[in-house]
Amino acid sequence: MQWEVVIGLEVHAQLSTASKIFSGASTEFGSAPNAHACAVDVALPGVLPVLNRGAVECAIRFGLAVGGKVSQRSVFARKNYFYPDLPKGYQISQFDLPVVQGGQIVILVDGVEKTVRLTRAHLEEDAGKSLHEDFHGMTGIDLNRAGTPLLEIVSEPDMGSAQEAVAYAKELHSLVRYLGICDGNMQEGSFRCDANVSVRRPGEPLGTRREIKNLNSFRFLQQAIEYEIQWQIETIEDGGKIQQATVLFDSEKGETRMMRSKEEAHDYRYFPDPDLLPLVIDEKWIGEVATTLPELPHAKRSRYVSSFGLSAYDAGVLTASKELAAYFEEVVSIHPEPKICANWVMGEINGWLNKAGIEIADCPISSRSLAGLLVRIGDGTISGKIAKEVFEAMWNGEGEADSIIEKKGLKQISDSGALEAIVDEIIAANPSQVADYRAGRDKLFSFFVGQAMKATKGQANPVELTEILKKKLAG
Amino acid sequence: MLNKNLKELSGMLAGREISSVELTQEFLGRIEALNPEINAFITVDKDISLKQAQEADRRIAQGNAGPMTGIPVAQKDIFCAKGWRTTCGSKMLSNFVSPYDAHVIERFDQAGAVNIGKTNMDEFAMGSSNETSFFGAVKNPWDRRAVPGGSSGGSAAAIAARMAPVATGTDTGGSIRQPAALCGISGIKPTYGVVSRYGMIAFASSLDQGGPMGKSAQDLSIMLNVMAGFDSRDSTSLDRPVEDYSRSLDESVAGLRIGIPKQYFGEGLDPEVEKVVQDAISQYEKLGAKIVEVSLPNTRLSIPAYYVIAPAEASSNLSRYDGVRYGFRAQEYADLVDMYEKSRAQGFGAEVKRRIMVGTYVLSHGYYDAYYIQAQKIRRLIARDFTESFAKCDVIMGPTSPSTAFDLGEKGDDPVQMYLSDIYTIAVNLAGLPGMSIPAGFASNGRPVGLQIVGNYFSEAKMLNVAHQYQKNTDWHLRMPSI
Repeated sequence: MQWEVVIGLEVHAQLSTASKIFSGASTEFGSAPNAHACAVDVALPGVLPVLNRGAVECAIRFGLAVGGKVSQRSVFARKNYFYPDLPKGYQISQFDLPVVQGGQIVILVDGVEKTVRLTRAHLEEDAGKSLHEDFHGMTGIDLNRAGTPLLEIVSEPDMGSAQEAVAYAKELHSLVRYLGICDGNMQEGSFRCDANVSVRRPGEPLGTRREIKNLNSFRFLQQAIEYEIQWQIETIEDGGKIQQATVLFDSEKGETRMMRSKEEAHDYRYFPDPDLLPLVIDEKWIGEVATTLPELPHAKRSRYVSSFGLSAYDAGVLTASKELAAYFEEVVSIHPEPKICANWVMGEINGWLNKAGIEIADCPISSRSLAGLLVRIGDGTISGKIAKEVFEAMWNGEGEADSIIEKKGLKQISDSGALEAIVDEIIAANPSQVADYRAGRDKLFSFFVGQAMKATKGQANPVELTEILKKKLAG
Repeated sequence: MLNKNLKELSGMLAGREISSVELTQEFLGRIEALNPEINAFITVDKDISLKQAQEADRRIAQGNAGPMTGIPVAQKDIFCAKGWRTTCGSKMLSNFVSPYDAHVIERFDQAGAVNIGKTNMDEFAMGSSNETSFFGAVKNPWDRRAVPGGSSGGSAAAIAARMAPVATGTDTGGSIRQPAALCGISGIKPTYGVVSRYGMIAFASSLDQGGPMGKSAQDLSIMLNVMAGFDSRDSTSLDRPVEDYSRSLDESVAGLRIGIPKQYFGEGLDPEVEKVVQDAISQYEKLGAKIVEVSLPNTRLSIPAYYVIAPAEASSNLSRYDGVRYGFRAQEYADLVDMYEKSRAQGFGAEVKRRIMVGTYVLSHGYYDAYYIQAQKIRRLIARDFTESFAKCDVIMGPTSPSTAFDLGEKGDDPVQMYLSDIYTIAVNLAGLPGMSIPAGFASNGRPVGLQIVGNYFSEAKMLNVAHQYQKNTDWHLRMPSI
């Protein structure tokens, strides 16, 4: 039996503002509990929210970047429910009129582009944290996170597989970091995904969805959706029915489990927050923000393909983060050989970064230094093979390429006189191989190359060497 | 001394006829003597008050005094004041000592005023009789069997009994004007947004507005000069040029167009109250004012609209009182939900619970459009009625309350009867307009009657002028109960 999967994502991106969305308290992560909980965050009697314009600007940036409509008038609403880490007994969010409507994200799956439409993006405040350990049967409340600004980005149900959902989440993750509106730190909860998943038989109306809450890594997103799809298909094939529900993903067991059913769903009693005026964003403000937008990943990717002649895949890897792309472009600006630069950045640099578990910002080899190395391959000073040895020395802090080549005597031997003398010695020392080669055993050619490389400790210019060998062996 | 107005008191302080400490002691003595019976104050803290008075005396000695420096002010217990227990008339906050100052408290501090104590009020400002206070009912100084009105009944009674020269109040549906009328004093609710709500414990955010209460319009203008002004901590605070609300007190009212809405003189209005109000209007005619008939056809809808919008906002505003971070928490509970339920069941009184339930209901899925959205439409219609009326007149006048002060316990079992006592005041809040009440005489039962003056947006100075001209020609505002 064939099944079609329908997935929509809700992503909560924590906005990178210095202070909270409705109070002046700091948004810094990792401080002592309640160190950043001011009177407004604690919801003392009589306190009032005041909107942080910086958070609105983040939303405008996002709206412009995804080609959505930035609402000239949007409204903050109260979402009412009781929970100990929700100090006011309501969350200030947006309901009927969100700050951004529509927009789209383009994803690349198996080399094919696909457009995922966005429904909306709205501003809201985060809740605090309930701490269930260390309090001897009681619960501790930490309100440092309470009031942290979030942009909730809601997609249309346009994704058809876990792979597409992950591609979308990654693309969004890259975008918010490009825009500088979210640090994207998933461990710290700065970027959290909820996935709405349903299955149906092709041609049938949408199936009943279940929402998987709070997935904070791409791996969990993938695993949770795959498990959920399988579970829903098996449930239906076994004659069961899917009930609308909210579920949690248990990453240890690798399965989803029920959190609450539709019957237990809250009635949030949304209504416009009378403490806040409607949010009015005029054309002038939007225009000002538009001038500060960076080149976005999708545009950058196209440019890498069209002006650098890179493959779509390479362009995708290099533009995955703004920092890596900037690094690559600096290398190309010094050594205008995009394909070679791309190979080195994606191969050596990315490989060593991964091995060391560090980010490009902390790379021990600067873009300028890498370019210095590539220039020496280009001008024939060293071979690509020797270059890897130089690279390792550079990584270990032994200096710039030129000084390492000099110090270690790694310069390529391109002097034809010197190479000819070496080749003459080899021919003289291996008469039977020479005879065999001349008798038609072409494969022996690599034997002579090996001998020459051995004699020059790998420093023979391979192009030059090949030419001389061919000439001399031909007799 | 007890009957002196702010200008006179300020002059005495400046001339060193009396010190702020002496003045404060005088009123503290009065509170000590009368409060056990009137119950106008929930919290009195002599040490803090006298310390503030000493500081005021220093400022006066340095020649650094303003019109309110050294003057005792009674603060409604809805305003958070640092170091003061701030209860809002509720068991829920009976142990809450505020760690911060409301904007209004800050302003009076900066002006050098002395906080003489926190006045009693209906619980969370929900009530028209002051009987819903956890700290017991307030008695009307004119007649101890009568209510003082609410919710700012403690402030009104404190002024009427001369336990404080002036006080602050808040008005969500008439809570400054109705107790002012019932206690024979003056009070003004400014245009919504003129006085910051920061630190004023919320009942219904879109309707709540703080304002001054005192013996005369002149005193109110001096108070309002301190209280009004932009505050960036309240997003609904209005950023307007600073005004001197005393500037036009002495202007003549000749040619003033007074709008009389026929809907304010119909069924339900006590004939004795009507007579007093008509006499007051006649007095204005003698002073050269003209009478214009206006119509406020949606007045009858104001109570149902109000009792949807106010409880809706209140149900959400009061969710923070959950026993988790501060305030009352039930002693025994089984789990989290039980803690919420018991803390709120034991911490809130009946009227507050009634409004939380009504508010929760009207915001519920499936009912929201029928109640909340509908009420908002009515609200716009009511505002339009006023706008149309103000095209024809400068101020609107009528009774503040349909009757004089009713007896304690008289309306206790019938919330709707209680709600109807605000029929003339509520529409003003729904429209966001300024409104005031001044004493205009007495009924045959010896209880005071108030005249309500409603002005157009930001016309407080004009309204105070209109009230002051009446008070220059009458002495109702100087009458005091025999205590």
